[in-house]
Amino acid sequence: MAVYKRGYEPYEGELTPEWSRFLVIARQAYRRVFESRLLVSYLVLCLICPVACALIIYLPHNEGALQMVSVGDLITIEPGFFLKYMHLQGWLGFILTAFIGPGLISADLANNALPLYFSRPFTRTEYVAGKMSVLAILLSFITWIPGLLLFAFQSYLAGPKWFWDNLHVAYALFVGFWVWIILLSLLALAMSAWVKWKLAAGILILAIFFVVAGIGSVLNEVLDTRMGSLINVVQVIDTIWSSMLGLASRSGISPANAWMSLAAACALCLHLLSRKVRAYEVERS
Amino acid sequence: MDTQPVIELQGLEVRFCGRVILDNLTRSVSGQAIGLLGPNGAGKSTLINTLLGFYQPSRGTARIFGHDIRMDLRRVRSLIGYMPENEAFIAGMNAVEFVRYMGELSGLPPDAALERAHQALYYVGLGEARYRKLEEYSYGMRQLVRLAQAIVHGPTLLFLDEPTNGLDPAARRRMIRLIRDIRKRAGLRIVLCSHLLRDVEECCEEVLILKKGRIVHHANLEEERRLNRKFIELETDIDGTPLVEAAQELGCECALAGGRRIKMVLNQQVEIRRLYELAAGCGIQIQKLNYKRDSLEDIFLKAMENGNGSLQTRL
Repeated sequence: MAVYKRGYEPYEGELTPEWSRFLVIARQAYRRVFESRLLVSYLVLCLICPVACALIIYLPHNEGALQMVSVGDLITIEPGFFLKYMHLQGWLGFILTAFIGPGLISADLANNALPLYFSRPFTRTEYVAGKMSVLAILLSFITWIPGLLLFAFQSYLAGPKWFWDNLHVAYALFVGFWVWIILLSLLALAMSAWVKWKLAAGILILAIFFVVAGIGSVLNEVLDTRMGSLINVVQVIDTIWSSMLGLASRSGISPANAWMSLAAACALCLHLLSRKVRAYEVERS
Repeated sequence: MDTQPVIELQGLEVRFCGRVILDNLTRSVSGQAIGLLGPNGAGKSTLINTLLGFYQPSRGTARIFGHDIRMDLRRVRSLIGYMPENEAFIAGMNAVEFVRYMGELSGLPPDAALERAHQALYYVGLGEARYRKLEEYSYGMRQLVRLAQAIVHGPTLLFLDEPTNGLDPAARRRMIRLIRDIRKRAGLRIVLCSHLLRDVEECCEEVLILKKGRIVHHANLEEERRLNRKFIELETDIDGTPLVEAAQELGCECALAGGRRIKMVLNQQVEIRRLYELAAGCGIQIQKLNYKRDSLEDIFLKAMENGNGSLQTRL
């Protein structure tokens, strides 16, 4: 019978597995993300760096290229090269988060949509996981996935010895980027949940990176300490990535302190999310 | 009809910031359509939100179709469709995308969700407008979309929180018609929360009246109406005192107003014909006889006056 002729009838078909339902949020979000030419262009732009890195990796192994360029001009492929790659892609990831992140929860809050989600067999954790997955999947495509491909490419060209000597680089690319993705996603979601206005949420995300970093620098200067760097997200993540790659960080904070600072930031974001991501807020009088 | 209780409240108490909002609610309801009535701030919406797991009970619990809302919330939610009181939508979507999305979140596979989204939107009367953005809809249309998203996954129990709020008379009639139609469909129970007595009277056969977070009355409207058949009003051509005395001798409760108007609660054994015989015996002619029905408004007002759950004598 045609749909328009049918009346109300109960649903008796199969249901999707409960564990997979949070991905419905990501799927829906991507329909809208890929409708935006600006975002699609930006995503393509984000892949230029990995392609350029692949070329840099390839050049020393190409005889024709070696004849044109002197060996001294070539970049050595070692952990420092991958740290630069991580920094560059990390910043591109941050800009992507600043584009997409602010509207993820604030739009639902502004339109009072949360009761619609939570009146279904769908928990707050699944909601946050769904919203995080929107960022996590996109960020993965521009960070650790091309990073590991570059590592595999270099290993293929340089041979097994290089692979075994630099296996920790693959670990750093995978774990280090995931730490960054989780931090960015939580920060973006927490700001998005805290401020119903998308633009304000975007400004807050930028403020956390730049204004708080500035405050950290002032603290360092005034108190003659390095502890101010603990609230500078960029320096914290640089310390963690450098330690994973076996390199010295210029931030002046220890990796243990950086990890603790990171854990505190994530805990604070989770706390904000648990306060704000509710069907209805109880007004305290 | 299935007589399993739809909702069982067991000493349910909800507090916000130490203030008691729902106070020790204990009741079991099993009607096909249950009305939740009460003045603003009585706790109707809070009760619905608690049953949906939005608020944690500070004491007691509740069961929906036997599933504890504390222990088995996911199962409870899978049985429920919820139409919230306030504006609620997801920006940037048209009605089909929105209702489909809600269906998928409830666990419907994408294809089934899409098919049922079209079906639900046709059913609520938005078939022709289903590809328009939600932001472009009128308030009344958005109410209908909220109803469509509540039924898209085929729930067993439908919570409707003030579904006719803000609707013009025509849209209200349409909404009431829809609710009555949904009620008729097998297996679907409705909990209608409203402060509009007419809505509840038209749609529900069982009603819970709340006041200041407590249940002050629980009535089966059909039963109330049946009982009220014995409650009559008479008008006589001359002074009705002899008829009143004669009726009282038969065990009827009577009150005389203005000499010719009599209000009477008939004894269970007394038939109406007997009243005519009595009147003829007294030389009185009954000019008018009405069965007086307690309207829901009467029941509500009495419940509000008493506030302790028991109804006073009807006379």
